[in-house]
Amino acid sequence: MVGGLFIIITSQNYLKKVVGLAIFQTAVFVFFVSLAKVLDGTAPILTKMANAYSNPLPHVLILTAIVVGVATSALGLALVLQIYKNYETIEEKEIESLELKSDK
Amino acid sequence: MFDIFLDDAPALVVVLPLLISAIIAFMPSKIWPWIISIITLFLHLFLSLHLLKEISVSGLIIYEFGNWEPPWGISFKIDGVNIGLQLLFSIFVLVSTFYSRKIFLNEIDYRDSGKAYSLWLLAVGSLNGIILTNDIFNLFVFLEISALASISLIALGAGQNRKALLAAFNYLIIGAIGATFYVIGVGFAYAMTGTLNMNDLVIQLAQYSDGQLAIFAGMSFMLIGLMVKAAIFPVHIWLPPAYSYAPSAFSTLLAALATKTILYFFVRLLYEVFIIYPSYLSLFLDFVLYPLSLLAIFIGTVIAIYQDDIKKLLAFSSIAQIGYITLAFSLKDHSGVASGFVHILNHALIKGGLFMAVGYFAILYKDRVTLNSLKGFGYKYPITSFALLICGLSLIGLPLTNGFISKLYLFQALYTNQMYFSIALVAVSSALAVVYFWKIVEQMWFSEIKFKSEKEDAYIYLPIWIVTISIIIFGIYSTPIIEFSNLSADYLISGYQN
Repeated sequence: MVGGLFIIITSQNYLKKVVGLAIFQTAVFVFFVSLAKVLDGTAPILTKMANAYSNPLPHVLILTAIVVGVATSALGLALVLQIYKNYETIEEKEIESLELKSDK
Repeated sequence: MFDIFLDDAPALVVVLPLLISAIIAFMPSKIWPWIISIITLFLHLFLSLHLLKEISVSGLIIYEFGNWEPPWGISFKIDGVNIGLQLLFSIFVLVSTFYSRKIFLNEIDYRDSGKAYSLWLLAVGSLNGIILTNDIFNLFVFLEISALASISLIALGAGQNRKALLAAFNYLIIGAIGATFYVIGVGFAYAMTGTLNMNDLVIQLAQYSDGQLAIFAGMSFMLIGLMVKAAIFPVHIWLPPAYSYAPSAFSTLLAALATKTILYFFVRLLYEVFIIYPSYLSLFLDFVLYPLSLLAIFIGTVIAIYQDDIKKLLAFSSIAQIGYITLAFSLKDHSGVASGFVHILNHALIKGGLFMAVGYFAILYKDRVTLNSLKGFGYKYPITSFALLICGLSLIGLPLTNGFISKLYLFQALYTNQMYFSIALVAVSSALAVVYFWKIVEQMWFSEIKFKSEKEDAYIYLPIWIVTISIIIFGIYSTPIIEFSNLSADYLISGYQN
């Protein structure tokens, strides 16, 4: 989680920022799934063998969150593509210097 | 026949815009997406009015999706807290959609108008979901839908200025971090209580009356995540570029309603759920929200004075105004929360009106509106300029406008809490607001260049004037807004005193 956040903050490349965001979000998903584990629990399918079941609800929540995460990444990548088409670079510093030039 | 639909009104106000948005997404026509959106939003307003009628009878509606009882199912809750905001939301969205057509046609390729209105309805539906939802994870989903729709609409501004892409990208990254923080908080809360329903959360949290570290960590994560989304200083940096580079039509919706709905939920979380830890709550309000609000008011206003670009100026003034709202909410009593709600409702109208007028100027000027470019506009386009003047005076807080009512109630609330320093600061920042607004007025009416008045487009200035007249009406006859706000405060504060 911290690794993902670190990439977002430090990297100068927009593409890497999107990847960092994805790592950050995935870490949170794993945290949620880990909440669901019940000791000795099995998959929540009704059988005679099992005496405890893992909680399926966090999995369902994360299924939703994964979809949201995919949409976010897709939109982020689409924006990076558009930025590249308009500026011909996706490095933050180069874009800043381009913008400073165009302001003058 | 309509009765079947009316029973599902709480769900329909959210689902209807979302459904229609999927239908109009690929319409290549110039006008049909707009017509369908208008019809949808008329229905939306009708449903909101129906909800108001129901609320005035029963006082509380809990709508269970799929008839799953809470806390197992997702539920929507409508009560005194959100009905006022819901009504204003419905009306304002309809007005700004009327306004948006000509503006969109000028700013984006007409073949994209189907997509633009699809995203527009997506944003409307999901923001409305934030107002109504009673489930903390469901909120995250609506938060992300509205953010993604907003980002795409902001990026459509790239046809005007390519910086819109950077603004959208920054909003995406910062917004996603905020939302993910919120989800971490939800995870902690769920781990400790096993519930996501807000009413049930209160009951379950009560068993940890001494407070657990995991709960406090979760609460802090949720609050910080929401603060990013509501653009509370110092995590507001995504807001000014996003407001100023978005297509003008969408800036209106974004400035008027997007942060307001999230602020509303922020307050609801504070005063409805976290209230069971009064010591944590007062720690957060006194040492985090209160100082940050004061900083937001001061710094937002000062930065606004130095802005040359009018849309940026208004965006920074929005930061200061969000500061006023959070300052009121940090007061922990009835008068404070009520004045916060008064300002949420009033400021939505004021900023909406200002962005509408400036958006029209951007179309007329065919470039970004800077201070210089406004020279003589007061004579050239008198109708819109006069509306801008009234909205601006309301922003400063002159009598006979609704901004005055907001300031009056805020001062009263601060005075009863004996916060004299804040009173002084709010007064100074109102005076500074005169400075930045006077710069606009000076360019528009007092520059040497005099133009003959030109014809203005009635389709655009009528919606602007509807907002402006409502500003004056609520300035003179402020009872509806006061009533709704007091109702909201009644509901939220009654929990605090028990």
